Amino acid sequence: MFTQDSLGKILKNHGVSRRGFIKFCSTLTSMLALHPGMAAKVAESLEKVQRPSVIWLHFQECTGCTESLTRSHAPTIESLIFDYISLDYHETLFAAAGDAAEKAMHEAMQANKGKYLLVVEGSIPLDNPGYSTVAGHSNLEVLQKTAKDAAAVIAVGSCASFGGLPNADPNPTGAVSVSDIIKDKPVINISGCPPIPVVITGVLAHFLTFGVLPELDNLGRPKTFYANTIHDRCYRRPFYDKGLFAETFDDEGAKKGWCLYRLGCKGPTTYNACATVKWNDNTSWPVEAGHGCLGCSEPRFWDAGGFYKALSIPDSDVRNMAGYAAAAGLAAGAIAGYANNNKKQQMIKKHDAISVDDWDEES
Amino acid sequence: MSNSMDFLLWVKGPAFEIALFIFVAGIVIRVLEILLLGRKTDLSEARSSEIMGAIRTILNRSIPEPGLLKKAPFTIVVGYLWHLGWFISFLLFIPHIEVIKSLTGISWPGLPNQFVDAAAVIAMVSLLAMLIYRFNHPVLRFISTREDYLVWLVTFLPLLSGYFAFHHTFEPYALLLGLHILSVELFLVVFPFTKLMHAITVFMARWYNGAMLGRKQPDHTEVQS
Repeated sequence: MFTQDSLGKILKNHGVSRRGFIKFCSTLTSMLALHPGMAAKVAESLEKVQRPSVIWLHFQECTGCTESLTRSHAPTIESLIFDYISLDYHETLFAAAGDAAEKAMHEAMQANKGKYLLVVEGSIPLDNPGYSTVAGHSNLEVLQKTAKDAAAVIAVGSCASFGGLPNADPNPTGAVSVSDIIKDKPVINISGCPPIPVVITGVLAHFLTFGVLPELDNLGRPKTFYANTIHDRCYRRPFYDKGLFAETFDDEGAKKGWCLYRLGCKGPTTYNACATVKWNDNTSWPVEAGHGCLGCSEPRFWDAGGFYKALSIPDSDVRNMAGYAAAAGLAAGAIAGYANNNKKQQMIKKHDAISVDDWDEES
Repeated sequence: MSNSMDFLLWVKGPAFEIALFIFVAGIVIRVLEILLLGRKTDLSEARSSEIMGAIRTILNRSIPEPGLLKKAPFTIVVGYLWHLGWFISFLLFIPHIEVIKSLTGISWPGLPNQFVDAAAVIAMVSLLAMLIYRFNHPVLRFISTREDYLVWLVTFLPLLSGYFAFHHTFEPYALLLGLHILSVELFLVVFPFTKLMHAITVFMARWYNGAMLGRKQPDHTEVQS
């Protein structure tokens, strides 16, 4: 199960040319926002590195993150790199099943104690351990056991990073993210529903090259890929600035590629690399396909007020609220008006009439 | 509230509902109180239309009186600049129009962002200038109350936070947008119970004065009201 061949050798055996490998390293270097001179260092490190053991766990999720990773880039060199990490346990991609699979995981954990990378896909239910189990073990138990000797934990996808769909209101399973549970290990969040494949491979490559995880933002995401908003990098941004917006999905504005803000695009609040890295081998991405950003790499994106409501619009039924407020105002205003009038009448009553005679008396 | 997105969702959800409730109920209470105080019936025969007089006054008094520009140039010029800057940045920014549309169903075309941005800067600079003027003018300073400064603050904050949000001055954006909406909510809550109510009562006052003058005004005669 555990080969000691270096990555460089494995790639060579699979017919990846030196040129192709260097090209990949250069791309990776620029994507990781490293100095161009670092490309050689990246190539050198990656070539020599031995495949790190990776254990990939599935919890409450749809396997979309794995689907994204395995399908969209195959058969590019990124997927090769990914194939040639030592993926020692992955319930979806694994040929083994049952005891054999469990055994493989335990072997990998023993052999690479303190060194293996743990990748988690999916959220963890806390309300009842029975909501999601693997081989009779609750997700929480598996996570805690597996994370204990891991070098780092990579939460892949928005479910593992922030709770995702299972965590959406009313969160029936009490789903939480990996970082809600694992506090004593570095946890890196690669959010997205699903995340961009090259972001996953990029983080792994960074770890392989430098032995440490990349710099993270305040939500634990690699800054390299999550430092800018979709809005700031969007090719439709000039239309936003000019005040040119699509009003429906098939109007003239939509056909001309105008900004999708009014159709509910969450680009301004969403940090991800879709606008620059794109999807399906740099083919396109949601906004280019004519649909607004859903904000899938942000926490609670399912509950963020509706995918087709402009970002600035209040989330709740404010019209009803305004109606109740007006009714309450009318009632309170009527009472206040009545009290004021009473007071006015009383003051009029209290007011003594004076005559010229009174004036004479006083003077 | 674990992160900025939670904060944004809170200000866009429950906090906005609370602010809107206080804003709408507050305005209705205050307007109703004024109207229910009533006026004595005018028994004299009307010479002219009250309604025409009222509309005329509402429009006329938006234009400074002749000579006033010389007497109080700062108040007039900066006052106009401030109000125009505020109206443009509030009413002609597309995301704001979306909010108004969601609340009222009414919408209108907006301006390109550069114009709105400039208008917001003009409004903020005018507000700052007015505050400095207020501090330095002995009489103005003497008659200024805490309410005046509160009103200034709750008016300035939405502009400043909106400017920061628009320019992504800090990260994350969700926090900036949340702070901007929160500052607007503060404005909405304070509005009905302070001088900010002038945005509504100014028209009621002008209507009343205009109607009274219009009633007394002989037919077909243009009189400055």
